[in-house]
Amino acid sequence: MRTLLSLCATLLVAGTVGAADSVRLTGSGASFPFPIYSTWFKAFSAKTAGVTVDYQAKGSGAGVQDFLNKTVDFAASDSAMKPEDIAKVTEGVQLLPMTAGEIAISYNLPGSPKGLKLPRDVYPAIFLGTITKWTDPKIVAANPDVKLPDLPITVVRRADSSGTTFVFTQHLSAVSEAFKNGPGVGNTVNWPTSDKFVAAPKNDGVTATIKQTPGAIGYIEYSFAKLAKVDFATLQNKAGKYVAPGTGGGVEALLSVQLPPDMIAWLPDPEGAGAYPITTYTWMIFRKKNGDATKASAMRAMVEYCLSEGQKVADQLGYIPLPEKVVAEVRKAAGNIQ
Amino acid sequence: MNVELFARDRSSVSGPPSAFDFFVDRGFRALAHGGVLLILFVIALLLWEIGGKAIPGIERYGLSFLTGSTWDVSREQYGILPAIWGTLYSSLLALLIAGFFGVTMAIFLTQDFLPPQLAAVFRTTVELLAAIPSVVYGLWGIFVVIPFIRPFADMLHQQFGWIPFFSTSLSGPGLLPASIVLAIMVLPTIAAVSQDALRAVPFRIKQAAYGLGATHWEAILRVIVPTASTGIFGALVLGFGRALGETMALAMLVGNSNQIALSMLSPANTLAALLALNFPEAGPREVEVLMYGALVLMAITLIVNILGSLIMMFANRKLR
Repeated sequence: MRTLLSLCATLLVAGTVGAADSVRLTGSGASFPFPIYSTWFKAFSAKTAGVTVDYQAKGSGAGVQDFLNKTVDFAASDSAMKPEDIAKVTEGVQLLPMTAGEIAISYNLPGSPKGLKLPRDVYPAIFLGTITKWTDPKIVAANPDVKLPDLPITVVRRADSSGTTFVFTQHLSAVSEAFKNGPGVGNTVNWPTSDKFVAAPKNDGVTATIKQTPGAIGYIEYSFAKLAKVDFATLQNKAGKYVAPGTGGGVEALLSVQLPPDMIAWLPDPEGAGAYPITTYTWMIFRKKNGDATKASAMRAMVEYCLSEGQKVADQLGYIPLPEKVVAEVRKAAGNIQ
Repeated sequence: MNVELFARDRSSVSGPPSAFDFFVDRGFRALAHGGVLLILFVIALLLWEIGGKAIPGIERYGLSFLTGSTWDVSREQYGILPAIWGTLYSSLLALLIAGFFGVTMAIFLTQDFLPPQLAAVFRTTVELLAAIPSVVYGLWGIFVVIPFIRPFADMLHQQFGWIPFFSTSLSGPGLLPASIVLAIMVLPTIAAVSQDALRAVPFRIKQAAYGLGATHWEAILRVIVPTASTGIFGALVLGFGRALGETMALAMLVGNSNQIALSMLSPANTLAALLALNFPEAGPREVEVLMYGALVLMAITLIVNILGSLIMMFANRKLR
């Protein structure tokens, strides 16, 4: 009995001492960067004594909502933060782009030809439902070496509300006037109604549906397409060149845009001969005044780790490492977290 | 001595109830009443919560919400007619499939076609189907059911394309694969409840039928199944209710396309899938209409249950 009591006492003391020394950072938000964030936070928590980071992938919108309700220390979002939401935070908001990703257009064709070329006037039309056959003259003309099947095009889209859809429709709207006036831009948009347009939940659902449907085409995150080994198209960029998704094309796209002071830069249609057209930053959102010096310094240390060590694993996980120039700017802005 | 007396008292059939018996009786009654009240309270709370949050949506969209067919968040146009249509269509189709197989299975397992041990094995296997998570059904649907039915679906479309039910070609997810998987999901419910109903038919009724010279099949189809029909019908209503609310597997298989089509090979949408997929990232405005949608789903389930009870009452009366 006595030993039990003393054990309890020891545990209690150990518990309180541990709590006093350690800092726990909680964050929630975007699911798109979750694989890389969880890798970072695990490594950072293991390396840094007394600091643990918990991150919940709830979705960008939910993360921002948590941040506004002050239930989390930081949030993460693919669609940045709306100006009216930023205005609600009295402590001030610092957005930091932490990594970037690309959206691949995947397809399933018999014989799985690699690197199908899709011109700029073709892929928006496919997602508008105006090009409906793989044997459409425009697709055939761009791919003289590929034997295209006589199949209808089945478009697979995201059924759930998603930052991926936001970035994708933003790009399509920048390229095609008809798309802008039709479905428009959003986390969910009103896609054309047709029995050849189907929707599946999450990246895995879309990937599985594409894999099981001959003649399917759909948009998924590049990291996912790489992991799931589906074929993805090379897209014609603004300069007229065909570029496959990957680190090179992504970095060039990021370099084509100068980060503004608020760190929110969109790349709806990047310039540059080698730039992959559908590339986007993803952000972490912090408060400028945290009112807790240890927490703020832990957050700065976390950001520093992600910017230095973290960028090295980006490529292998299917994300784009931030260019040196961008890292320097983000590092400077991270000083605002106090 | 005292203890012995007490024991003897309790074992005797006659005699006044003891204080303990009183306590157990009152206690159980209170517990049962409490349970019923708790259920009513939870339902009221649900209605209050959902209804309260849905009121702004109801005020803004009114009945046009039920008749509209666009779901456009950025332009704030919401309509759920295609989702209602898809919910009823997929559930009815699933009920048709699962009802046929569930009831025949129940007859097969209860009417002495199999040795009792073997019947128990089959019964457990069917009941195991209920333990599989919805997501697994969804994935199984995508990777197994869709590729499997594709050749049949293509043939149906080519040969019988003039029938409205097969007027489109299957593009992958759609009403037919969704309904097939849904049927398998509600099969355990229908089979289990129908078996109970069939087993509840008194043995002497069966004996009487045989005594009148009925064959095995005549006894089953003319006497036993009609006698158990109320219970079987209850099983179907229960299965239908479950099918209406099924979410994840349908979200993965139905295609989530906002269109009203007669063809069972075309993609559609269901209310439960619509709610599940749009909730996580919904803005405050959208939450209101989603709550409205949830209310509609509850109303549909309620109407189905009431209709079921009415038909059952009617059938009962006719039987007597």
